[in-house]
Amino acid sequence: MTTTHEVLITVDKVSKSFAGAAGDELRVLDGIDLDLRAGEIVALLGRSGSGKSTLLRTIAGLITPTTGSVRYRGAELNGANPGTAMVFQSFALMPWLTVQDNVELGLAAQGVPPAQRRDRALKAIDVIGLDGFESAYPKELSGGMRQRVGFARALVLEPDVLLMDEPFSALDVLTAENLRTELMSLWGTPNFPTKAVCIVTHNIEEAVLLADRVIVLGANPGHLRAEVTVDLARPRDRKSAAFEALVDRLYDLLTGREPDVTVPEPTEATPTARPLPVASVGGLAGLVEIVYARGGRADLPDIAAELSFEIDDLLPLVDAAALLDFLFVAGADLNLTPMGNAFTTADIQDSKKIFAEQARHRAPLVRTIYKALAASAEGNLRSGFFLDLLRRGFSPDDAQQQLDTAIDWGRYAELFDYDTDTGQITLDPAHWTARPAEHRTPA
Amino acid sequence: MSLLRTFPTKGALARPGRRAADVVVFLGAAALLWLIVRLAHGVTVPWDEVTAPSTVSTDPTELPYYAARSLLRMFAALAVSVVFTFVYATAAARLRRAEKVLIPLLDILQSVPILGFLSVTITGFIALFPGSELGLEAASIFAIFTSQAWNMTFAFYHSLVSQPRDLDEASRLLRLSRWQRFWRVDVPGGMIPLVWNGMMSFGGGWFFLVASEALSVNGHNWALPGIGAYVATATADGDLGKVLLAMIVMIVMVVGVNVLFWRPLTAWAERFRVEESEAAEAPRSLTLNVLRRSRIPALLSRIFGPLVFPLDRITAVFGLAEHPLRTSPGRRRAGDIASTVVILTLIGYGLVRMIGFIADTAGFGEVGHALLLGLITFGRVIALVAVATLIWVPVGVWIGLNPRVSRLAQPVVQVLASFPANFLFPLITGVLIATGISLNWGGILLMALGAQWYILFNVIAGASAIPNDLREASANLRLPRKLWWRKLILPAIFSSYVTGGITAAGGAWNASIVAEIVSYNGITLTATGLGAYIKDATSTGNAGQILIGVAVMSLYVVGLNRLFWRRLYALAERRFSVA
Repeated sequence: MTTTHEVLITVDKVSKSFAGAAGDELRVLDGIDLDLRAGEIVALLGRSGSGKSTLLRTIAGLITPTTGSVRYRGAELNGANPGTAMVFQSFALMPWLTVQDNVELGLAAQGVPPAQRRDRALKAIDVIGLDGFESAYPKELSGGMRQRVGFARALVLEPDVLLMDEPFSALDVLTAENLRTELMSLWGTPNFPTKAVCIVTHNIEEAVLLADRVIVLGANPGHLRAEVTVDLARPRDRKSAAFEALVDRLYDLLTGREPDVTVPEPTEATPTARPLPVASVGGLAGLVEIVYARGGRADLPDIAAELSFEIDDLLPLVDAAALLDFLFVAGADLNLTPMGNAFTTADIQDSKKIFAEQARHRAPLVRTIYKALAASAEGNLRSGFFLDLLRRGFSPDDAQQQLDTAIDWGRYAELFDYDTDTGQITLDPAHWTARPAEHRTPA
Repeated sequence: MSLLRTFPTKGALARPGRRAADVVVFLGAAALLWLIVRLAHGVTVPWDEVTAPSTVSTDPTELPYYAARSLLRMFAALAVSVVFTFVYATAAARLRRAEKVLIPLLDILQSVPILGFLSVTITGFIALFPGSELGLEAASIFAIFTSQAWNMTFAFYHSLVSQPRDLDEASRLLRLSRWQRFWRVDVPGGMIPLVWNGMMSFGGGWFFLVASEALSVNGHNWALPGIGAYVATATADGDLGKVLLAMIVMIVMVVGVNVLFWRPLTAWAERFRVEESEAAEAPRSLTLNVLRRSRIPALLSRIFGPLVFPLDRITAVFGLAEHPLRTSPGRRRAGDIASTVVILTLIGYGLVRMIGFIADTAGFGEVGHALLLGLITFGRVIALVAVATLIWVPVGVWIGLNPRVSRLAQPVVQVLASFPANFLFPLITGVLIATGISLNWGGILLMALGAQWYILFNVIAGASAIPNDLREASANLRLPRKLWWRKLILPAIFSSYVTGGITAAGGAWNASIVAEIVSYNGITLTATGLGAYIKDATSTGNAGQILIGVAVMSLYVVGLNRLFWRRLYALAERRFSVA
């Protein structure tokens, strides 16, 4: 059905890369093809690092694709996309303007005369349920009301395409639900001027609730992984079997391996081939404990709903537990491994030992650092050395994050220690004396 | 029930309050208008270089007029600084190539001892306005401007480049024009740092006002009607009573400007705070409350409101605040190379001319001499910072940790920091002459008079920002005094202290130019140092020596900032930030 509708925005073979430290390029997006058509809501779903925000910003004309192009109604963008308005995760309201002035700002930029501007703004404020707040400043409003201003500011411009960058993720659960429902009822009204919506989310249920099409993005670099059509009648029922089946399928897509991509085993992989999930030891231990408490098997969507975790919070923990062989993932289910069972039932000293063993063998970056330290003359190396190595495969921020995670794990495992002032990573004395004979330098 | 309503109603009764505010505001505005007209008339009196007065009358009845003339100069300089800030900072933040030149340039300019350049600027400005006092006036305003502008420009530039990314994206997507972007996003976003730095720089400007009103330059002595010239004349006459009187007027002026101008402005600027939560203790101002209650805001919006739309339309020709997504890398590279070549050529040419100039005039032997003198002045700066640290850090910590004391002390310290130290020079000089203490040592005290307050001011701010839970934790641990200082207080105030130290040291270098040669009642004391060298060269008009002196002093200041203060600051940010 959607194919018959006019194409508003075309994303044509868009790739985006940034220059790395050694002059090599770091890819964020790779060969993205996407059409936004009139009459549809498209959700971009992906884990962190999948470049979904970057993709939305190329569609908005805020950043330049390295190769490929974005066209709005056939014309290639060379600046902010004139057919779009954006709703931001952080609201992005001017704190020094009142609600009304904020809503009028875009109209003022279009050169709409003041009287007409006021009328249109008041109408938008009325539609979005902000009456009575016209003269309030954003800081006087709650998060939900602020995001309403964000919506009013975007909708008053009557854009062809409404872009939303995780618009509900800074709100509490109830407020978000309320705002989502109202947005959907607006979308359902016959004269709604906006023709299409593109929403970035890392909330799977939100994607299924709102979208006609869910585009699943894979990470490193961001690429199109799957497209899932949601053919459910609105308003959608979260409890229906069809809804739950779609949610499970999307979980499977996000946690499972991609069929045509081979990922090396953790025990073999290099630090750049298998990045460490950015997870704290406490967090992953907590997750293993929860799975243990549920008898060794748990449903991911259930855990996410119960902890009100979004996938960006939850999936790194799942990945970390799977990397260390404490859990394994089957579909949308988490299963406890024997190792995980031992880890979570042992007392603190023993569980630390188990963690250390697993991290030393199965966490590629921890293993690399440990081996390099054991082979060094003094048992210590500068963190800058590892950072330089990591920058060949990661952006500076990501490289730092990788190192921070490895240091966190290594410290907890008592494998090595780190001195912030000197930037030295030092092998733990117990491991220094116990290192394999071939590494020992003759005294 | 409705019969029990009061008559007139509460709303009607509230009006007399409004009226009172209106009357006060109206009278204030009328007085201000008269003052400006009267003062502006004084500026354009006939004047020529030869018959120009070298002193002013010390009749106390003239003092209010002089004070007002000085004040007008200060505000003129402030206005120029604001315009400069807008243009320079915006260019630096928005033009990629300009940034590479403008920011390092600003860094150097900030370190140039501007008092040393007065002889050059005065000659230039007098030539610009022949036959009128405007030349001297402009030179004085320029000197004040150079003391105010740099900090404001840096602050505004910083606010522009650190603008929240989402606000930048929102303004681009809303397709604001350059004009709209500047006035509705950039200026409001930078308002708080701009006002705060404006206030502090204005305080520092008084020093330069006093120094630039009475000058001996190129063998001439010049005086502008103003409170600085009044003190200079009274000092030369050895009339201590009149010096004291001028000091009182000065204090009234500093306090008055704070109460009537800066306090309301800082309180008003609070509305531009980007953080979602209100500041714990937002500045309040009675003056602002009176203004708000009056009809002025409504009147202003009625007058200027209708202008906004036509202005938006007209300025749309400047285009959208957007940069094209696609640029040709070749053209970009070519532009980069061209601009680099032009800049390097200019610098090279300038250097060659400068070397030639020095060789022709003072000779290169002077450079070594000046470097040596700089070392002596450097010694004074070190001594000053060390002593001020030993005295003011404990005092500042004590004040900062006692909320009641700091509420009282903060405005006092602010006035002390604004009060031009060169006003006190006559008193100290008198004491030095009477006791026979050499200015080589006394100069340290003179330089410290102005500079020390920055250390105190910042330490108070740092100490009062120490989180309460940390203090409670250390009380709970019963930290002994020594440990309490070493483990809590000193690390916590370190970064504010460094900020104060940078400013104090910079101020001390500048002050050395007026502090190493002082005179009182016809007796002149001279210290050995780079400041005296520059001052001497300025009064005799020795261009080669001025150039060498100023360049060497800039070298010292920039070098020390780079090698010492910047590193300390980076350390403070990395290790000792409390947040």
